Amino acid sequence: MIDGFIALYIFMLAAFVGHEVIGRVPVILHTPLMSGSNFVHGIVLVGAMVALGRADTTLELSIGFIGVALAAGNAVGGYVVTERMLEMFKSSKGDKK
Amino acid sequence: MTDVISVRGLIEASYFLAAILFIFGLKRMSSPTTARTGIVWAGAGMVVATLITFLYPGMQNYGLMTVAIALGGILAWISGKRVAMTDMPQMIALYNGMGGGAAAAIAAVELFGGEDHGMTFGVLAVLGGLIGAVSFSGSLIAFAKLQGLMKSTVRFKGQQVFNLLLLVGTLAVAGYIAVAHAGISIVTVFFVLALILGITMTLPIGGADMPVVISLYNALTGLAVAFEGFVLQNAAMIIAGTVVGAAGSLLTQLMAKAMNRSLANVLFSGFGDTAAAAAG
Repeated sequence: MIDGFIALYIFMLAAFVGHEVIGRVPVILHTPLMSGSNFVHGIVLVGAMVALGRADTTLELSIGFIGVALAAGNAVGGYVVTERMLEMFKSSKGDKK
Repeated sequence: MTDVISVRGLIEASYFLAAILFIFGLKRMSSPTTARTGIVWAGAGMVVATLITFLYPGMQNYGLMTVAIALGGILAWISGKRVAMTDMPQMIALYNGMGGGAAAAIAAVELFGGEDHGMTFGVLAVLGGLIGAVSFSGSLIAFAKLQGLMKSTVRFKGQQVFNLLLLVGTLAVAGYIAVAHAGISIVTVFFVLALILGITMTLPIGGADMPVVISLYNALTGLAVAFEGFVLQNAAMIIAGTVVGAAGSLLTQLMAKAMNRSLANVLFSGFGDTAAAAAG
């Protein structure tokens, strides 16, 4: 389905998007943006779920379970932390608008 | 049969939507006025992608899956809400390490499962596993250092040579696994080596430089997620992972530049530690 050059094209275009999307980010947003992109790779949860869903042996089940738990931690923790950071951001910025 | 095809279409459409939401979310997060809504957009994409994955055809172990999500999610929720604002960087490191660990776990399940995907998938699975495992243990060290669990900076003579040899050794084992159909013991050795590499790479770096290092591991986790996305044929993981990999790499350079340092300087000199010691 996704293989060979199609995969390479997706990879290349997505890399450009990632580069462009944060092209001129101000220094104050460095840490929140790092946290935000940390949340986005929490999508690994989807893959961990599929891996656990296909697991058969005890070994695979244990690793899959750990994988899903870690990925869920990445996604939820990443969201909570980013949201708190950006919330603080707004209260100091809100008066100027 | 038609039923399976339409479910498949629904899943792919949802992943497509999630990818769009992630990219727009990141775009909004890069401007001060729209930053707050950005995380909400990305969060919506994550919810859509996660919920639709329960419909993935041919899956079992739903009970275990739900327990794992609840366990990881609730612990992260509580820790994320409770942590003090000043302790945010190490929490990012911790959650990032968890993502890297998850990518390594996917690689481990695929490699232990012993299904032969062919050479390309073998290489991508092993590479993703290597990067994910390094990011996992490295991020945990970064967390421990910033949290104050680890006070001293460990350095020994010839550490960089040791790291280089360890990297070469790990890559050699990785190459063997990707080409030959390696058994459980060799795959285990590979993951142990990768985890040690992450630790020894991060140990000599001083606390003042940690934000740059965390950003680097963040980019690496993104890359690992993208590689495992190729292995699992999952477009959402490929796109989100690659976008984070590229954005994270650029961000790492910007952060290093803001400190008037080059990335190589941060990684290999241990300068930040002496500077921090002199300042404090």
